[in-house]
Amino acid sequence: MKEIIVIIGGGIAGLEAASQLLKLGYSPIIVEKSPSLGGHVAKWNRLFPDMTPAADIVSGLVESTKEANIFLNTEISFINRLRDNYNVKLSNGVSISTKYILFTTGFRLFEAEKKEEYGYGVYDHVITNGDLEHWFNTSDDRRISERDIKSVGFVHCVGSRDEKARNSQCSKVCCITAIKQAIEMKEKFPDAEIWCFYMDLRLFGKKFEDFYTKAQRDYGIHFVRGRVSEVSEDINSRVIVKAEDTLAGKPIRLTLDLLVLMSGMVCNPDCTKTAGMLSLPLDSDGFLKSSDNVLHITSSPKSGIFYAGACTGPKTVPETLAEARSAVLEIHSHITGK
Amino acid sequence: MMDNIFGFKISPSSAINMDKVDRALFRELCRVEPDAARCMACGSCSATCPAAAFSGMSIRKVLLCLQRGREKEAFGMMSNCMLCGKCMMVCPRGINTRRIILAISSIYGKEEVK
Amino acid sequence: MREIYLSGYNNFVLPFMLGMTFCLVWCFFGAARIIIQLPGSDRKKFFLSLINPKTMAKNIRDWFCDCLFHVKLWKRNKLLGYMHSSIAFGWFMLIVIGHIEVMLYTPDRVHKIWYPIFFRYFVAVTEKTMKGSFFFFLMDFFLLVVLSGIILAIVKRAHSKLFGMRRTTRPSLPDLIGLYSLWCIFPLRLLAEGFTADISGGSFLTKSLNVVLHSFLSDSMNMLPTWWAYSIALGIFMCVLPFSRYMHIPAEILLIPMRNAGIKISSARKGFAKIQVNSCPSCGVCIDACPMGAVKANIKDSTVYLNRQLKRGNSRRIEEISDKCLLCGKCTAVCPVGVEGDKIRIAQRATKQYNLCPDYSNIGTESFKIDYNKNVIGLNKHVSNIENKRVLYFAGCMTALTPVIMKSMTSLLGKAGISYAVMDKDGGICCGRPMMMAGRKEPALEMIAKNTEIIKSSGADILLLSCPICYKVFRESYRLEGIRIMHHTEYLESLISEGRLSLRKNDVRYVYHDPCELGRGCGIYESPRKVISSAGSLVEAGKHHKESICCGGSVGSLSLGFDKRKALTESALTSLTAESPDVIVTACPLCRSTFNRYSDRPVNDIAEIVDKSSL
Repeated sequence: MKEIIVIIGGGIAGLEAASQLLKLGYSPIIVEKSPSLGGHVAKWNRLFPDMTPAADIVSGLVESTKEANIFLNTEISFINRLRDNYNVKLSNGVSISTKYILFTTGFRLFEAEKKEEYGYGVYDHVITNGDLEHWFNTSDDRRISERDIKSVGFVHCVGSRDEKARNSQCSKVCCITAIKQAIEMKEKFPDAEIWCFYMDLRLFGKKFEDFYTKAQRDYGIHFVRGRVSEVSEDINSRVIVKAEDTLAGKPIRLTLDLLVLMSGMVCNPDCTKTAGMLSLPLDSDGFLKSSDNVLHITSSPKSGIFYAGACTGPKTVPETLAEARSAVLEIHSHITGK
Repeated sequence: MMDNIFGFKISPSSAINMDKVDRALFRELCRVEPDAARCMACGSCSATCPAAAFSGMSIRKVLLCLQRGREKEAFGMMSNCMLCGKCMMVCPRGINTRRIILAISSIYGKEEVK
Repeated sequence: MREIYLSGYNNFVLPFMLGMTFCLVWCFFGAARIIIQLPGSDRKKFFLSLINPKTMAKNIRDWFCDCLFHVKLWKRNKLLGYMHSSIAFGWFMLIVIGHIEVMLYTPDRVHKIWYPIFFRYFVAVTEKTMKGSFFFFLMDFFLLVVLSGIILAIVKRAHSKLFGMRRTTRPSLPDLIGLYSLWCIFPLRLLAEGFTADISGGSFLTKSLNVVLHSFLSDSMNMLPTWWAYSIALGIFMCVLPFSRYMHIPAEILLIPMRNAGIKISSARKGFAKIQVNSCPSCGVCIDACPMGAVKANIKDSTVYLNRQLKRGNSRRIEEISDKCLLCGKCTAVCPVGVEGDKIRIAQRATKQYNLCPDYSNIGTESFKIDYNKNVIGLNKHVSNIENKRVLYFAGCMTALTPVIMKSMTSLLGKAGISYAVMDKDGGICCGRPMMMAGRKEPALEMIAKNTEIIKSSGADILLLSCPICYKVFRESYRLEGIRIMHHTEYLESLISEGRLSLRKNDVRYVYHDPCELGRGCGIYESPRKVISSAGSLVEAGKHHKESICCGGSVGSLSLGFDKRKALTESALTSLTAESPDVIVTACPLCRSTFNRYSDRPVNDIAEIVDKSSL
């Protein structure tokens, strides 16, 4: 009999894990709460550093998991442990008995309206990174399309590295995302001035630094080292931002046509709920706690439960995919007892 | 001696000689409010400060100046602080800036009074 | 009634006399010292108030209501009220009737202070005095009243929850001595009078006890030790009184006329503050009230412990407690004797010496240009008889960080067709209240002077504020003759009642959070509730009005760090969501952003919900 593995979350980590498990001859079951697969990546337009279309990646992954059991629009009602097995009850009434559960529950974008000083949801031309990707995909957002864009600002670290937003860790990918989006905006509006307000630029990944220099030299994007602290609106509903240019040591004020807030990653609240049913511990950053943050990032402290992707902390797409494969390998060695 | 060796004049004030900076008072400040050492220089406080328009107040810069032995500069900025607490509100690290300002006002500046 | 002893004296009165004399001398010098410590103008005010019949009438009323009947405690909890008023009023009546008896039957003994206290020992009942039996009854009745209070007090020590108190103070050693001697006094008196009731006469209580006692103790010499014990208990109580919480009994007698004279706290350890501290009965009502109590470690920072430290003169703790407080004013609002915990703390903060002082002389007021918009013709044309007033809107520092309030307010002012200007659109001068809260009055007054100049030259008729912190200081410390100062809750209420704004009522359930500075600080409770009721249905929080719990974001605290405040906010949110409302409404930018951080449901300012539901 083929071993059943329940994968919670049909984002890229879940899909990649399912496809690898299928290759190894197991029977993965993906439980996804939303009506479609691909998670956050499916909502994105293009991915750094090679501007790969996100749709290609998602469709490739979906293609390779055709053999898997997939439940869409389905949530976990409850999980309990019966001896060596976990009994997973789904919201559609299905019950699954399994020895292995893989959490690929991912993250949620920080709710930008919680940073009320930035006026998201209050001002007409303040959007988030997610909104911008949506606009790249659909060209449908009156906050962007209804005006002649001459200046765009990007605020890094919105709801990350921010204890007031209850999220003190770095979301890791927003710096490079902001630069990617800044370049894309410059391509769409060649006459516009683009400003990035950052606290620190954390460009750690492959070719990220190249991206940064390209943005500076080829696209003329302005980088201001200072966190935006106040946003107001002028009479023409243009956005006025106040920040300190900490390198110049002077407060600056800038009027913009569009302000993009780089919402950070926070742990998916649905995931903490499910984790609660199994009494899985959370780490101090609010994400799931691995049994070891160096050696066993994909293992939970409970036997048979594994993690992959952003449920244990902010990650890039390649990192997530690599982690999914690694979790699969871990499960495989567990099953084969090697 | 350093002057005019190669026909250049080295201005002594342009560089901070960290060897000569006395950090005892700053240590005392950190004892009262350990968060004084947690500033990551994001500049949120400076941008929102209502006194910045008048005295260039920036608690970020004040803390930096105090660590670099430039107390006079810091006191000048602080002279218009209104203790309104906006800096405390925007600080992403949740630093109690008002307490720091009050602590600086009582720890530092003893010579000024005399 | 006839006297038994020619001398009218027995050695057992000595402990009582010693205690009484000590206590009276102590209180007299204490009171004199406090009056001397008052600033000259306050002292004059105090003496003048004593000859003013109106304040004197108020004093007498307050003495009865507060010291004897404990009306405020009755309102809090019936059992707690009964316990206190039975002991206080019962004891008072025993003393009064005792004196009446002495004056009636043995007028030549009036000068002997102990006589009314130990009257039953010195006299014997005679057949003729019918009046006596009336007094016998009264005396026994009030003794019973006091005894019932004492029984409740003993029960309260073990089960304070029955009396509506979750947490009580931990008594100090003198408190305990005072407490136990107080518990002893009245049972011993009953016993002593019971022994002598066959000679001195008595009523239902003492007479019956006498019968019981004599059934197995026939020797009347047994009575002397009980009188000794009664006197010793009194003596001990009087001697520890100045060092225990029972000091509140004499102190409150002086506190009431001082308060009614309009005296304010000017120094943390002298004068009016000192009499307040001495009037603290250590009841601990402020412990449950204190929002910081959500974290157990903060219990020792409540006002009752501040008062205790002030009595002991422990400077380190006094400073620590004073700096930590959020200044929400709830302890003051619930205090049965009227100790102003928040004001004592501000006065204490003011004693701190700073080497560096702010100086705002470089700030020019000319740079603040005030331009009123031309929006004079209202959108609601059906009302035109209201005179247009020019509104100067001072959003305040905190509102700059919650732009949604400013946006809603300007939108509403536009809808109502008001001619307005925003005073601090590009940043302004702080109102001065946060500086005041830090105890630094001088710089605060400088800021107040600058803002006054700007406001006066602006030609405004109404000064509109969104931040209760600003509102309080504008009302209390600014002299803006001819300009009406209004918080936006009041202003929106008047716009709605004048018909300048009409709201569409929806079925959303709103709960209103009373911001400390607006509610307890300025007494505005009903305007916001009326406004919310016209936009949706209003439910109340677990604790509301003057008992509303501080959001935890207050700028009042100098030392409480951000990470220490989360628990306070969560406890306030628990109270707010008691009736499971859909939306939490507040009227303070600081409360809004503090709650928004941890709330599981939307938090709105009152201006937002009015803007959303206005046509």
